[in-house]
Amino acid sequence: MSGHTEGTDAGASGGTGNSGAAGGNVRLLDEALAQARAENRAALVGYLPAGFPTVDGGIAACTALLESGCDVVEVGLPHSDPVMDGPVIQTADTIALEGGVRIADVLRTVREAHAATGKPVLVMTYWNPVDRYGAGRFAEELAAAGGAGCILPDLPVEESEGWRKAAEHAGLGTVFVVAPSSQDARLARITAAGSGFVYAASLMGVTGTRESVGAEARELVERVRSTTDLPVCVGLGVSNPVQAAEVAAFADGVIVGSAFVKRLLDADTLAAGLDEVRQLAADLAEGVRR
Amino acid sequence: MPSDYFIPDPEGQSPSAAGYFGAFGGKFIPEALVAAVDEVAAEYEKAKADPAFAAELDDLLVNYTGRPSALTEVTRFAEHAGGARVLLKREDLNHTGSHKINNVLGQALLTKRMGKPRVIAETGAGQHGVATATACALFGLECTIYMGEIDTERQALNVARMRMLGAEVVPVASGSRTLKDAINEAFRDWVANVERTHYLFGTVAGPHPFPQIVRDFHRVIGVEARRQVLERTGRLPDAVAACVGGGSNAIGLFHAFLPDTGVRLVGFEAAGHGVASGEHAATLTAGEPGILHGSRSYVLQDDEGQITEPYSISAGLDYPGIGPEHAHLKDSGRGEYRPVTDDQAMRALRLLSETEGIIPAIESAHALAGALDLGRELGPEGIVLVNLSGRGDKDMDTAARYFGLLDGAEGERA
Repeated sequence: MSGHTEGTDAGASGGTGNSGAAGGNVRLLDEALAQARAENRAALVGYLPAGFPTVDGGIAACTALLESGCDVVEVGLPHSDPVMDGPVIQTADTIALEGGVRIADVLRTVREAHAATGKPVLVMTYWNPVDRYGAGRFAEELAAAGGAGCILPDLPVEESEGWRKAAEHAGLGTVFVVAPSSQDARLARITAAGSGFVYAASLMGVTGTRESVGAEARELVERVRSTTDLPVCVGLGVSNPVQAAEVAAFADGVIVGSAFVKRLLDADTLAAGLDEVRQLAADLAEGVRR
Repeated sequence: MPSDYFIPDPEGQSPSAAGYFGAFGGKFIPEALVAAVDEVAAEYEKAKADPAFAAELDDLLVNYTGRPSALTEVTRFAEHAGGARVLLKREDLNHTGSHKINNVLGQALLTKRMGKPRVIAETGAGQHGVATATACALFGLECTIYMGEIDTERQALNVARMRMLGAEVVPVASGSRTLKDAINEAFRDWVANVERTHYLFGTVAGPHPFPQIVRDFHRVIGVEARRQVLERTGRLPDAVAACVGGGSNAIGLFHAFLPDTGVRLVGFEAAGHGVASGEHAATLTAGEPGILHGSRSYVLQDDEGQITEPYSISAGLDYPGIGPEHAHLKDSGRGEYRPVTDDQAMRALRLLSETEGIIPAIESAHALAGALDLGRELGPEGIVLVNLSGRGDKDMDTAARYFGLLDGAEGERA
């Protein structure tokens, strides 16, 4: 574990054409989603928490996802109180926190996964760790690490202005989550404030795998599209290639988290877990191309 | 017809439209809950404007809860408080044994108005859970209560009470396995079942409008007590004292005294094994501003915003957050907040029991311990009003172990 944060990661190599003054890779995210659209398929977005099962193991796993078919990865910044997460991600967060994961480790995960693959990497976390660290400082350091943006599911659009200014200044995207319960007027307000893509929650609930992805998701995607040209990616409950193909038929991207986490949790060794997540990423990548 | 018991703040000291008390409050919730929280706020505004709502709540508070609650002067106890007069607001005498029923009945009526058939709630000591299970039995609502695993053990009597009332009690094994984690789990349930479920939040924390709604339903405590103290003593008290976990009984007592600038508002937080030990739940003493459970307030957290695990012998105060209005009262200087250790609280619990024949809840005993100090500071001319927020029946197992009250057992502390 790397202990305390020591300054910024400004000296880190970006690994790609990340030379804009603002630093962050939001354009890389836009390009990745546009590329998928150009290929007439949905993008595959994977999620794994940093520090799980270890910091280096997490870096290897995030890199494996990007090398094996994910177009984008969301790196989770583990939180003590993950109220939007089901038992699988809660367990991974607890393992990471008990292992002593720090924000510096999360930033290193972003930097190394991006540097190894040249693909866009986001951070997903709750608002308090970012607020406590300092929104401006966090945005600058995430951008310097080559990050493309942030997803903050408990920061509603009404409270988000300070963060969005910091993110924009750093060249980072802000991805908002919308839910089947979001009314149309709110959807318009949220999508107007967001960038990168819109994260459409497929159902009312916390993260975790589900038997099926309901009709709610398709209806929500349609309602979102009437408010914005941003790509719409669907998450929550997607765990297998059949579901991925189903969602890919109406969305611009498919987000898979708990299913990857579960592969790592259930594996006897890290190497076996990495094999499992590579296989799943490849299968899902095939799914979004059906 | 004005209500005698439902008295939402008449001074216009409601939070801002965005739910802020000064720098604290707000609404930090996932998008999936925004519509539900907004629905609660809208229904509450409609209910406030509806005389039938106040009339129904008044009837329940009088004929079911037993309001007004008594005001008891405790002279033998006060001999240990520097001779100051000590008066107890007897919320322990309410039906279900604590102040919690005030808020629960109000929100249960809101639940009915919203047409939702199911209620969920968190509970620490079990008092809010028991009150919620009670109201659900009364109104025929489905009821699920989330309670930290540690708390289901130390408050086993209340678990049995909730189940007797027909509620499902779900022990929560994540995190610190106490109140904080029970709230996390209740939020997860709410997100998944929000269409038919009301989250009957139990304290003056959480996202707007809960800090305002819960406060308004508890304002009756201070409104009654202020009138009763004036009648009894001919003047206002010098200080009003209450324990603070999330802060519902304290805000209920304090609020009617806010304009009385000569009356000190003093909250007593759980210092556990002492603030210096790191094993405590003294959020306003040792915490810093942050976001927990949907609002900005003081929280116990590390340097990277991870919430740290609190500790208190009292399950009801074992919480790393605090309602945002208390945070505002602290920063504005209108409120004072002090730490009280486990040992101080348990000594006060025993003292009130032996001098007055009243066994308080361990939570309330924190306020009693604080009142002993306040009385000594004020001297014989002083008057201290204490909110006796709950009765101690539920705590007899903990107290028996602490004091060695059972035959053949040795106390943990003598």
